[in-house]
Amino acid sequence: MAREQHDYDDIPGTFVFDQDRSRQGFGINMFCMSLMKDDNRKAFKANEAEYLKKFNLTPEQTDAVLKRDYNRMLELGGNIYFTAKLGATDGHSFRHLAAVMTGSSQDDYANMMLAGGRSVEGNRSRSGKVAKSAKAAKKLAKKPAKAKSKAKTRSKSRSKRG
Amino acid sequence: MARIIAGVSSSHVPAIGAAIDNKQTEEPYWKRVFSGFEKSKEWMAQAKPDVVILIYNDHASAFSVEMVPTFALGCAAEFPPADEGWGPRPVPVVKGHPQLAAHIAQSVILDEFDITVVNKMEVDHGLTVPMNLLFGSPKEWPCPVIPLAVNVVLYPPPTGHRCFMLGRAIRKAVESYPEDLRVVVFGTGGMSHQISGPRAGLINSKFDKAFLDNLTKDPKKLTRIPHLEYMREAGAEGIEMVMWLVMRGALEDKVDEVYRFYTVPASNTAVGHIILEPHRRSAKKAAGKSKKPAGKMKRAAARAKTAVLRSR
Repeated sequence: MAREQHDYDDIPGTFVFDQDRSRQGFGINMFCMSLMKDDNRKAFKANEAEYLKKFNLTPEQTDAVLKRDYNRMLELGGNIYFTAKLGATDGHSFRHLAAVMTGSSQDDYANMMLAGGRSVEGNRSRSGKVAKSAKAAKKLAKKPAKAKSKAKTRSKSRSKRG
Repeated sequence: MARIIAGVSSSHVPAIGAAIDNKQTEEPYWKRVFSGFEKSKEWMAQAKPDVVILIYNDHASAFSVEMVPTFALGCAAEFPPADEGWGPRPVPVVKGHPQLAAHIAQSVILDEFDITVVNKMEVDHGLTVPMNLLFGSPKEWPCPVIPLAVNVVLYPPPTGHRCFMLGRAIRKAVESYPEDLRVVVFGTGGMSHQISGPRAGLINSKFDKAFLDNLTKDPKKLTRIPHLEYMREAGAEGIEMVMWLVMRGALEDKVDEVYRFYTVPASNTAVGHIILEPHRRSAKKAAGKSKKPAGKMKRAAARAKTAVLRSR
């Protein structure tokens, strides 16, 4: 069955780890959990493909792990706190993985963060319908009676999902 | 009777732990972050809580995808640091307070918060990094800690409102505990950040600052923020901020903001930190009524100082 659509699927560049993904990615995440033990880290490093056989991954998932395609792992049900253990096994920090997932060089990513990070402007919505909601968000944060504007934002994001 | 003397919140960025463990705290990048917690450590040393209730999220250390409790209360006598893939952090074992934890578990469950009781659990950077920030790096932690793990990894986490109400139930539980204990409630996580996917690196300082403002002045407004808004505005992992609302719910409606610190970035994350105390009337009035005027005056003076810091 196709994945059920959700309002949060409209957030660009984001794979929200919900129960559908959790079920799909159970093997990836359990594999990553196994890397919390040093013996397992060594066994994995010694023969990655062989080690992965224990976790019932699909061929796509196995491929994503072997290629260290972190975005694909997330798409196939991996969760960042789990896949970060794979990163740690390779000697990489969260920031290193983040740079990889954004397609940036390590230097470019580090500089973006030092300059204040990625702006939310232009990054709110795939459909673009919530792109100008900065003011609405401000209203939400500052005005006491914001029930109306909240409802507006919600119905907007729903309507674009059709 | 036990009572809650203050609420604290801070981010729990793993890289902060790595910087401490690798002794990089004096490097300019990290000094900017750690200098913001110097006052906080002084405050904590003066506050000397008997127990800390620490709200955090487990990052696939104690809980994998096999079982995902929404609220899990650590009732064990001790909680060893977890191996998160780099080996366990070189920090002391966290001692619990099983008696108060059992009392809280019983009280909140009968108050209709169906929390999970945990009798064996390892704790990760989500718990130990905030402790370093407020206690430094001692050989033993200065007081017992009751961990409250909140699921913010598997969507959906509990709502901000639910977290706030759990905080209230915790206050009720603490205040019905017979022993005289001074308790600090410590909410961790956030602030805006996204560490996953092509949108990683997202920071929204405006959102964070409004959140900090309202945490003091109008927390009920924050309890109405829907999950979609946290994720859209503050990043997929920014949703961790609901945990701050457990802390806020455990305090009285009116609080005094004693200290605040905010900086960008620490690794991928905006670092936010706040200390809130129950509201006190003016120092003069308080001094007139208090049995220990000197202590209260000292606190008022400390507040004035931190107010200056805040305005910078």
